[in-house]
Amino acid sequence: MKAFKDLNKAFENRMRLGIMSALMVNEFLDFNMLKNLLKATDGNLASHLKALEKAAYITFEKKFIDRKPNTKYFATPSGKSAFKKHIKAIESLLK
Amino acid sequence: MKEKEEYIEDLKEIKEMMNRSSKFISLSGLSGISAGVIALIAAWFAHSLMYAPSSMEYTVQRGDEGITFKLLVLASTTIIAAVLAGVFFTKRKARKMNQPLWDAQTKLLLINLAIPLVTGGLVSILLLQQGLLGLLAPLTLIFYGLALVNASKYTFKEVGTLGMVEIVLGLVAMLFIGYGLFFWAFGFGILHIVYGIIMQLKYGS
Repeated sequence: MKAFKDLNKAFENRMRLGIMSALMVNEFLDFNMLKNLLKATDGNLASHLKALEKAAYITFEKKFIDRKPNTKYFATPSGKSAFKKHIKAIESLLK
Repeated sequence: MKEKEEYIEDLKEIKEMMNRSSKFISLSGLSGISAGVIALIAAWFAHSLMYAPSSMEYTVQRGDEGITFKLLVLASTTIIAAVLAGVFFTKRKARKMNQPLWDAQTKLLLINLAIPLVTGGLVSILLLQQGLLGLLAPLTLIFYGLALVNASKYTFKEVGTLGMVEIVLGLVAMLFIGYGLFFWAFGFGILHIVYGIIMQLKYGS
């Protein structure tokens, strides 16, 4: 079972799965958009974002809009390919 | 290691999140049905303006000022009524689905819809001023179809299919100038109602 090996621990968690799915199809999403999409609390979302960031699957860009901080999150190329691999692994597992 | 069912759920979640984050999914089938009904009523009014009672013949002369104005009023009323009904049902669906109505997807959808649509609207007004009524129905169908195809990237793919059908219908209507109103009533009336019913059954209200 090669598929098991390709399953990525980083995407086991639902919240992280959701973050990656959303970032796959959007150029970027800011913190509040993600919060709305995932119906998450600030702290919970932030900790999962940090985990994905650590794995270099996402990156961010901090800016100030009207003196309020605004953080945009992007999926990195390595994050995108890792996520695709993970989806493929699930699909072949379910075959 | 997770169970098989959990992975099925994961895939569902991935798909759902991709859709929800990139597409406007609050579009209600009921707005299609209401737009269709409004269009049919408008077509009936336009028919009584443009055609002699119980006849298929055009009674409009080139540059007839009175009718141009009446058609313009009718067209504006129709658009406003259809948009208001559409917004009403879409708002209701967004609330039901616990979705924000005004977000990045809504903006993308509206901008992409508006560019061909506003162009078509301006072309129609120019044609109307020239008294070229025969071209109105085919061209409004074509521009509306282009707008739907353009906007469909940001919402249900069925919107694109509806757009393609409207474009073809508009082109066919070009071959039957003088029967434009019937094509218009079919495209904006019947097709909207059919589309609305399909969407309602498929995605719920």
